[in-house]
Amino acid sequence: MGATLVEKIFSSRCDRGVRAGEVVMAPVDRAMVHDITGPLAVRVFKEMDGEQVFDPARIVMLFDHQVPADSVPAAENQQFMREFAREQEIHNYDLREGVCHQVLMEKGHAAPGEIIVGSDSHTCTYGAAGAFATGIGSTDMGFVLKFGALYFRVPESIEVTVSGTFAPRVGAKDLILSIAGDIGAGGATYQALEFCGETIETMPMTGRMTCCNMAIEMGAKAGIVPPDAVTREYVQARRPGAEIADLAPDRDAVYADRRAYDVTDLVPQVAVPHNVDHVVDVGEVAGTHIDQVFIGSCTNGRYEDFVEAAEVLGDRKFSDDIRVIVVPASKEEYLKTLRAGLIEKFVEAGALVEAPCCGPCMGGAFGLLAPGEVSLSTSNRNFRGRQGSTEAEVYLCSPATAAASAITGAITDPREL
Amino acid sequence: MRIWKFGDDIDTDAIIPGRFLTEYEPEKLAVHLFEGTRDDCRTGVQPGDIIVAGKNFGCGSSREHAPLALLGAGVKIVVAESFARIFYRNAVNTGLLPLVCPDTGGLEEGHEATVDIDNGVLTSDGVAYPIEPVPPFMQAIIDAGGLVEYAKEMKEVELCTGSQR
Repeated sequence: MGATLVEKIFSSRCDRGVRAGEVVMAPVDRAMVHDITGPLAVRVFKEMDGEQVFDPARIVMLFDHQVPADSVPAAENQQFMREFAREQEIHNYDLREGVCHQVLMEKGHAAPGEIIVGSDSHTCTYGAAGAFATGIGSTDMGFVLKFGALYFRVPESIEVTVSGTFAPRVGAKDLILSIAGDIGAGGATYQALEFCGETIETMPMTGRMTCCNMAIEMGAKAGIVPPDAVTREYVQARRPGAEIADLAPDRDAVYADRRAYDVTDLVPQVAVPHNVDHVVDVGEVAGTHIDQVFIGSCTNGRYEDFVEAAEVLGDRKFSDDIRVIVVPASKEEYLKTLRAGLIEKFVEAGALVEAPCCGPCMGGAFGLLAPGEVSLSTSNRNFRGRQGSTEAEVYLCSPATAAASAITGAITDPREL
Repeated sequence: MRIWKFGDDIDTDAIIPGRFLTEYEPEKLAVHLFEGTRDDCRTGVQPGDIIVAGKNFGCGSSREHAPLALLGAGVKIVVAESFARIFYRNAVNTGLLPLVCPDTGGLEEGHEATVDIDNGVLTSDGVAYPIEPVPPFMQAIIDAGGLVEYAKEMKEVELCTGSQR
């Protein structure tokens, strides 16, 4: 009986055949903590009588949720984390680099076959690099900081095969929204999504990150793409000399489910309030008035996303009736976007461009909504109250749909501009 | 214990909104429990009350502030038809007991309930509802009093040990 990609990673890291359903104490290759859940993890580490972290070189710290600090308690938490990093000699990117998931990928902290944990639910993003990556809580993270290992129930996998070529202005975000709509918010709980098929194989790393990022929105423990030439090129450029594990699921692997999608006729998708799986074709909500558009986050805050938005924008301006907030996901993505002249273009069109961070996604630092307001966002969650008032509404979409809607002031199909 | 009844897909943003995550003490988090989504529960919940929900309770963010806010309010047990993965684990780790009850539909808001964990049954209005046993590896952590206590007894971990389901 063959093994899934996820079973192969656990088997490799445990030096024995490990099957879905088994509970194992597995070594952790990389652990990520940020400003929101990190302070609690460090406190737990100390409560566990932790004195020295398992391996400072395998821990990555950064601040991205409340950046720059938006309150005295946020500043205190960051100060607490800085001191811990200094004392333990952990590399701390502090608030200089951007959103954790983008930064870990682009700095080469994720590679095929690794087991990575982060105290953030969207840690599953690193599956784009062929890693088994999952979000954990702060107490689990305290345990990891001490021991460099964690109990995992090895998940069953759902094979998600994607075929076909995207139509213009339709892309990875529309695909993953449609999959979320199909599988449902809890439809993959405790499972892993293994993405494959010709569409995934030809998809750049950016799109793979968008897909893996939203695996958690279906309750999945991880999303993962089998490493290939695209992965190899991306990882080796960021971790020179890295040995890249050859990794693929067996042909006779046993899956909990197999689902096939064809993107040929896929149209832009929108998740309507207040659940990520309430997904409709853009036409069904076209014309809905919006007050704010957010283009950014670990889902869609990359250079390619901004190129897509800028192409839709063309020589037009954003509507004066709404606020447009653009937040690159990292310093690297910010500089690429800046050097291509797109930041200037967005500012001239009427957008606010903020320094790399999570921005309005978590409703922490800025960009919060008033009661009754409507936001259209390229981020990954539209839970009630996520971006401010619990009486506000958040719709999710692609960068192309966000840009088109920002021009007209209402939800708009980007293919119509 | 009194029941506070919730539906499906109750997310961690609803349990404790993002803007309050600079706090980490359960009592301070409890002040904002369900703020804006169930303010009646936030102000009315009493120590010993239980949360009863439908499917996928605790979906969303990995924030452990969610179970801590419930614990701060004196809630020791959450009964749901299913739990989101990270929340379930966070609950066990912090000492909030997540119990899976396949059908919570008949349980009513404000009614009294008793939970018999040893025999796997929740009783309310004279009706017995079966509760699934907690997985053995989770039970070990609960028995130790949470992951912190469990980890204190460990000098190092034995890698790749484990158990079947």
